[in-house]
Amino acid sequence: MSSGEVIKRAKYKTSVKDPGTPGVLKMTEQKFLFNPNDPSSVTKLDVEFAHIKGHKHTKEGSNKPPWLNLTHDQGGSYIFEFQSFADLHVYREFVGNALAKSGEAAKAASTAKVTSSTKVASEKSAVSFPDEQLSTAEMELRMNLLREDSELQKLHKQFVIGGVLTESEFWATRKKLLDVDNRGKLKQRVGFKSTMILDTKPMADGRTNKVTFNLTPEIKYQIFVLKPAVHQAFLNLVPSKMTEKDFWTKYFRAEYLHSTKNAITVAAEAAEDEELAIFLKEDNILAREARRKIRRVDPTLDMEADLGDDYTHLPDHGIFRDGTKEISETQHEQYMRTLSQDLNRQGAVVLEGRTVDVDLEDPRTVAEALVRSRQELDGDKTQERLDRLSRMTDIEDLREPLDHPFAPLCIKDPRDYFDAQQANALKTLDDARNKMEQTKRNLSIDEAYGSLRDSISKIKTMGLSDPIVKPEVALSVLNGLTQNISSSKFQLGKNSRESILDGLPNTTKHELMHHWMSIQELLRHFWSSYPITTTSLHTKVSRLKDAMSQTYRQLEEIKESVQSDFRHKVSLLVRPMHQALDAAFQHYDADQQKRSSKGEPLNGFV
Amino acid sequence: MASAPSKLYADDVSLLMVLLDTNPLFWSTSSLPFSNFLSHVLSFLNSILLLNQLNQVAVIATGYNSCDYIFDSSVSTSRGLENGRMPALCSNLLQKLEEFVVRDEQLCKEGSENGLASSLLSGSLSMALCYIQKIFRSGPLHPQPRILCLQGSSDGPEQYVAIMNAIFSAQRSMVPIDSCYLGSNNSAFLQQASYITGGVYLKPQQPDGLFQYLSTVFATDLHSRTFLQLPKSVGVDFRASCFCHKKTIDMGYICSVCLSIFCKHHKKCSTCGN
Repeated sequence: MSSGEVIKRAKYKTSVKDPGTPGVLKMTEQKFLFNPNDPSSVTKLDVEFAHIKGHKHTKEGSNKPPWLNLTHDQGGSYIFEFQSFADLHVYREFVGNALAKSGEAAKAASTAKVTSSTKVASEKSAVSFPDEQLSTAEMELRMNLLREDSELQKLHKQFVIGGVLTESEFWATRKKLLDVDNRGKLKQRVGFKSTMILDTKPMADGRTNKVTFNLTPEIKYQIFVLKPAVHQAFLNLVPSKMTEKDFWTKYFRAEYLHSTKNAITVAAEAAEDEELAIFLKEDNILAREARRKIRRVDPTLDMEADLGDDYTHLPDHGIFRDGTKEISETQHEQYMRTLSQDLNRQGAVVLEGRTVDVDLEDPRTVAEALVRSRQELDGDKTQERLDRLSRMTDIEDLREPLDHPFAPLCIKDPRDYFDAQQANALKTLDDARNKMEQTKRNLSIDEAYGSLRDSISKIKTMGLSDPIVKPEVALSVLNGLTQNISSSKFQLGKNSRESILDGLPNTTKHELMHHWMSIQELLRHFWSSYPITTTSLHTKVSRLKDAMSQTYRQLEEIKESVQSDFRHKVSLLVRPMHQALDAAFQHYDADQQKRSSKGEPLNGFV
Repeated sequence: MASAPSKLYADDVSLLMVLLDTNPLFWSTSSLPFSNFLSHVLSFLNSILLLNQLNQVAVIATGYNSCDYIFDSSVSTSRGLENGRMPALCSNLLQKLEEFVVRDEQLCKEGSENGLASSLLSGSLSMALCYIQKIFRSGPLHPQPRILCLQGSSDGPEQYVAIMNAIFSAQRSMVPIDSCYLGSNNSAFLQQASYITGGVYLKPQQPDGLFQYLSTVFATDLHSRTFLQLPKSVGVDFRASCFCHKKTIDMGYICSVCLSIFCKHHKKCSTCGN
């Protein structure tokens, strides 16, 4: 329909029962107008197609009159009755086109809306985006991830919106999560179906004596790949000598003749029609290739082959298609195909896969592309073989996903393994003491022995003291021991099923867990920024430090606010967090001291 | 007469080996005087012997230069110097102790005065274990042995290998090593010993009440310990000392064949030669 509008007589009905007001219905691409014949009537319509949801019509063969029903997107409908079904069809096509066009426009409008909304959202959620160009797909992925994982969302809100971390830093440690979506895309190279064309049977219409073959571009491609002789013929004959349609008709005629398995008729027909003979004869190209391959076997095959393996030309070989063993007449031999040949060829093609990635619509382009690919193959033999080898051994979608090769940062407290701090303190204390003692000793090793002996004689004379231990001292010792033993630190770990966290009230538990997650996140970024080499790292570290001190204070508050029953448990839980933060603070202070003691800043460090 | 003794033999008969630290350098600087210490210990030994008729006690003195047996309850002595102020066993013990100190001092004059003030714990541990082995071979009915170390001086890292060997052999013979440490800081060796052998490590907060500590924690026999909750140490210092310089180290190099520990990289292991 090249014209932009249609004008015809029609009757407008508001409902099915309505007799209808006669008038003229004019349709353009954007809207339709209805003007009744009677100028005094009120039913004038001027509706844009943007508001029309869909259209229905009555069928030609039914007893109903030709009606077209346009449904309004607000629920109503407009029914038009036409004078004939031909008019109806005209209008129907027009309405279809118009709706399609308006649908696209609507879609364009809605996508524009979507992108603007995401932009707005991103502006809201991001603090600054100067250094990153994100595609909308990535933005959506991040928002999805945040939506799904509430923990992640909380962390994100706390840090990114609170200004402690930038968006890029936050996601930098979560590359694995972002990568997940990529793996969803199929990296498979889809090859041919293994049945290829052998399973498509023609439809035979017994009444009209017609046999119908269905032909799609895919099937054409498969035929070209399977039968190089047909491919060659196509290139030669179409479009110079015959049209495509004729070509395929001849081809299918040949197929049909083959399927009758009557070798004599086949020979007769081949003698008559030269082009038909191409299809009926043995595929020369294939035969040549097979002979070549037999001479030089592909290393991926790894079998020993020689001319003696060419069994296809032995007599009495091959199961014929209908299962009967016909003793072939040699003159007609070339018009017969054997099932094994077909199967082998099919198998070879399927395994090779699609070598050409071309739009299948135009068989001419497909044919040419195939020729090109075959020519390339013929070129450099060894290179081709190497390519084939590499293609076969590298099956991408069966490979494991490429994981970023890193070990996750695990921040542990060295005091778990040794009483290292204590030992260090001890060492210094011991050294100090030993120095003291050494000075003492150098003077008095004899005196020491003397005093020892004196003590022994003293006790010998005095006897055992009475009482041995003063009662108050004994009592305090006993109390101390029992308190020590009964304190909860020894009760922990006794009952494996019960955990400390479960014993705490829910709010405290969630708070503590959240603090733990946020501390891990902060520490991860903190420790990864050392050694500080740029000013951006420096600012990042100071930001992190402020956030950490805030968390520290919050933890203290939690400890104090908790009931006395749970206080010890909570303090036990909070202690490793405090220790980790303390270690970080210590490192920060030490680093600051070093920096300030260096004096003049070097190279513009702040 | 095999049945009568077996009827008398209960689960809670114990043999207690007491390793007494007599390092003069420690005791001269300790807050608890040696005489008070001795009185606590002697009363404790008495009470042990009172708990069960068949209990046995043996005391080994850990000196600065040597170690020796001071007392053995299974050896009856006729020299009961009963002077009214203390039981006979005490006077015997003290006598022997004095003689030991004199001998130890004499040995000292020949040796040098360098190094830290540590006593020969490894020697006394080995002697205790030998005594226990003798008891094991004495017959089908024998008391259950355990070792109690009353130590004050700090660890000597040069004794690391010997002490660890002793600890492992104690572990193998299932002899728990209890330790009561009277020094200022914690002793890594004793902590490890108690941890590995399943004994109790205690550092008394109030040395004046030492007897109370001893009788509460260390007096129970092994069978009864299964029903009691004794103080557990919260952390153990697992540091080792290197084999070459005898320094305590946190991180070092290990020979992959014999697992000897070195502080510096060596091309050839001095223990096994690989």
